[in-house]
Amino acid sequence: MAILQAKMDAAEAMIAAVTPQSGGAWAGEARKRALDSLRKMGAPHRRDEYWRYTNPADFLNADAPQAPVMELDEGMPFAMLDRVRLVFVDGVFDPAQSDEPAVDGVEIEPITTAMAKDIHWVSSIYGVLESSGQSPVSRPLAALNTAQAQQGFAIRVTGKAAKAISMVYLRSSETADAMVHHVVKLEPGADLTLTENGPAAARANMVLEVEVADNASFHHIRTQGRDHLRRSATHMFTRLGKESSFKSFTLTMNGILTRNEAVIEFTGDDAHATVAGACAGDGNFLHDDTVFVTHDAQNCESRQVFKKVLRNGATGVFQGKILVKPDAQKTDGYQLSQALLLDDNSNFLAKPELEIYADDVACSHGSTCGEIDADAMFYLTSRGVPHAQAQDMLTLAFLNQAIEEVESDDIAEDIRARLAAWMARRAG
Amino acid sequence: MLSIKNLQVSLQDEDKQILKGLDLEIGAGEVHAIMGPNGSGKSTMSYVLSGKDGYKVTGGTATLDGVDLLDMEPEERAAAGLFLAFQYPVEIPGVGNMTFLRTAVNAQRKARGEEELSAGDFLKLVRSKAKSLKIDADMLKRPVNVGFSGGEKKRNEILQMAMLEPKMCILDETDSGLDVDAMKLVAEGVNALRSEGRSFLVITHYQRLLDHIKPDVVHIMANGRIIKSGGPELALEVENNGYADILAEVA
Repeated sequence: MAILQAKMDAAEAMIAAVTPQSGGAWAGEARKRALDSLRKMGAPHRRDEYWRYTNPADFLNADAPQAPVMELDEGMPFAMLDRVRLVFVDGVFDPAQSDEPAVDGVEIEPITTAMAKDIHWVSSIYGVLESSGQSPVSRPLAALNTAQAQQGFAIRVTGKAAKAISMVYLRSSETADAMVHHVVKLEPGADLTLTENGPAAARANMVLEVEVADNASFHHIRTQGRDHLRRSATHMFTRLGKESSFKSFTLTMNGILTRNEAVIEFTGDDAHATVAGACAGDGNFLHDDTVFVTHDAQNCESRQVFKKVLRNGATGVFQGKILVKPDAQKTDGYQLSQALLLDDNSNFLAKPELEIYADDVACSHGSTCGEIDADAMFYLTSRGVPHAQAQDMLTLAFLNQAIEEVESDDIAEDIRARLAAWMARRAG
Repeated sequence: MLSIKNLQVSLQDEDKQILKGLDLEIGAGEVHAIMGPNGSGKSTMSYVLSGKDGYKVTGGTATLDGVDLLDMEPEERAAAGLFLAFQYPVEIPGVGNMTFLRTAVNAQRKARGEEELSAGDFLKLVRSKAKSLKIDADMLKRPVNVGFSGGEKKRNEILQMAMLEPKMCILDETDSGLDVDAMKLVAEGVNALRSEGRSFLVITHYQRLLDHIKPDVVHIMANGRIIKSGGPELALEVENNGYADILAEVA
């Protein structure tokens, strides 16, 4: 009972710490629904099944812990894309630094503007996918976000988007909190690439809800920013229609605390979803991928590919679940989570789960944790490659399996270069 | 060139001696072959010379042009001019063959204080050497040894040797797993590299390879030592009679 009370008290404290928000008729309802559900589920607690490996305390303190702003010594990612940049500073949209939010085949509205209007496609997604993703596992930080978020965009794509959309997160304050909520609707046959880069703030709570209609494709590539002491909790909720495709890749380097949750639901047959990530952590670093894939349609394919490189006491967490409902025959579910530990101080905590009620499915999972392969190391060094360089080559090779999930060769190459630079900085 | 004196080696983790006083002198430009029954210590010798972990040198010396090999890291031995063609080349997923080759070539050049090869020069060089070994562009692009057939792996070893231009090449059962044509191709690759300043130590079970790579000296190794040395006729004797006679003769 004490824990339950603590969760309820903490939820009230979370709610009290942010300014109450309303919105138009439907938005007010959505926000109220989220608040009510947050009050019911309570704040995340160390004793919760899905918070045992990651201490939620830093997400719950009233004030964001201080995090110095990193001056980037390399160019921004995704520069090679033909794109519209929407820039946020400390989680607040900055039109002056942004491109004109106009792309052929796409409607783009600030989320608060959309809330003031009665727009059906926004009201059918905002807080709706999030709310459906609260069961069977509660996600209190996402509920708080739905109740409070004032920033973000509502994006509707009707055809193949002429340009990519890039959310660029910049920081100026060392102690700012950010709460950003994007809603994306891909109409039947639509196609969009959405990128996100940078930490939104010293402490960020991000939600992305994506509805992918029949035959539509969504590509999402994200880099989370190298600021050492930043804390990020992100949630991605997606619902997939018939023959649709969803691909998401996340690169994480540094950051003291990162929790990336992905909730994917197949509702139409013959759809595909990939959620992948590569992360590199050194020292005081905790990175948590928590994924829940629900197959509720036939002949759908889901892939999870997560690779983490950890050193100097860094911790990696993976909690991935595939749920196959009774009628989801011919499901193909794949789940891979691997960590490369570069020393004895680092940790990888993995909990792969499969829950299958259909009888004609192929689901596989592999979770491993190991060190650099000694034979490969000897092979490289015996050819004259210095030990440190050989270790970097093998580390990149290990991460490459996740990076290969990125469809664009240019972006994949850029990601490899960033990881190589990250390793080189550590060597020097 | 290579001078091994009374080399004694045990396994790191267990108290088992493998090399029991090995002596071997290979002069510049010479080709020596080592034959011997399984378990005589031939592969151990090649690993110890190139610096693999897991072995403990308990006595003796090994020098390359007067420089102590045993005191160096594997990459330093490589830069000093030692090359081991592996019996079982290692597959390295995620590392491109070309990237690997270029990194190795330039790392060695850098270690020797030479200028690194530009991307263009490297490409030209690797293409010309790959062609004579019948290594196509696809094999160069693929991850190191991944999905290579036995023959492709061995040709890839010879390509690395050709690119790195070592002084002292050790070939550890390079003929194992090769068909006749592949063996010829590999032997031609090796012969093309023979020169006054380059020596070879060819470890093999079969005399047939030595028809293609003609040795100056043949050694028989047993129980961690060289027990007999002679000319190419020694290999023929082994091929015809096995090791029993020689072992008996020495005992």
